[in-house]
Amino acid sequence: MADTNAREMQVKEKQEVNKPEQTRPEPIFTPPVDIFETEKEITLLADLPGVTSENLSIDLNDRVLTLTGNIEPFENADEEDLVIEYEVGQYYRQFTLSEIIDEDKIEANLGDGVLRLTLPKAEKAQPKKIEVKSG
Amino acid sequence: MITNRYFDFPTLGWRSYFDELDRVRQYIDRLMRDTEPQAFRTPGRGVFPLLNLTEDGDNYYLRAELPGVKNEDLEINATDNNISISGERKLPEENEGARFHRRERNSGKFSRAITLPGKIDNDKISANLANGMLTITVPKAESAKPRQIQIH
Repeated sequence: MADTNAREMQVKEKQEVNKPEQTRPEPIFTPPVDIFETEKEITLLADLPGVTSENLSIDLNDRVLTLTGNIEPFENADEEDLVIEYEVGQYYRQFTLSEIIDEDKIEANLGDGVLRLTLPKAEKAQPKKIEVKSG
Repeated sequence: MITNRYFDFPTLGWRSYFDELDRVRQYIDRLMRDTEPQAFRTPGRGVFPLLNLTEDGDNYYLRAELPGVKNEDLEINATDNNISISGERKLPEENEGARFHRRERNSGKFSRAITLPGKIDNDKISANLANGMLTITVPKAESAKPRQIQIH
């Protein structure tokens, strides 16, 4: 990571996804993410420019993590387009997690259009002793 | 010119047909190369950050998506009717022991300039960076504002 200072930002076209069950006419994009893992947790960083915390939904269901971010229109109605180089729309991305996550300790933090999601790994399941009752 | 060349050939075997095709191809290549910069490419396209420019009666609005860029790492300058945006996107260093599964986000420096189509009021430009979205509001100069003419 030492050479980051010298590097220039390159344009990355937004990746559009086709979700057949879409109910809105706006396009849906796949946000770029970083995912890394340590012994204790999995961290996910996602670029979601324009998404506010009210419009972001994070859903973890049966090891499937779903991120959905909606964008509210920020242009005034009477503005006329002159140059349009990027489009705005919903963000959607789904991941399947291989680890068991401690759902109560998940932390999500959205700042400057970047989501930081911390997913702590669950403690190893304690061996459970089953008592057999006679009767 | 082409007919001239065609009939001046000493031999007209298959080879020279291909030679001629080759010459034509080179000629077209040169033609394309000469005209391309003005005609086929919009200057500045494909340079980070991508910009959207809109206008209403009073202002131009310049917008860019800059997630993770802090106020202090962003510089906006205006001269005449040019706006330049430069800065750096820094990604915080993560734990040494972290094992990356995906790395799709980039960091680095960027700089971009855009010329607005009309005269602007340089002193009243305002910029706002919220939720990773930059909005620069550029008021049009009085002389460039559309004026409704009353008919008496």
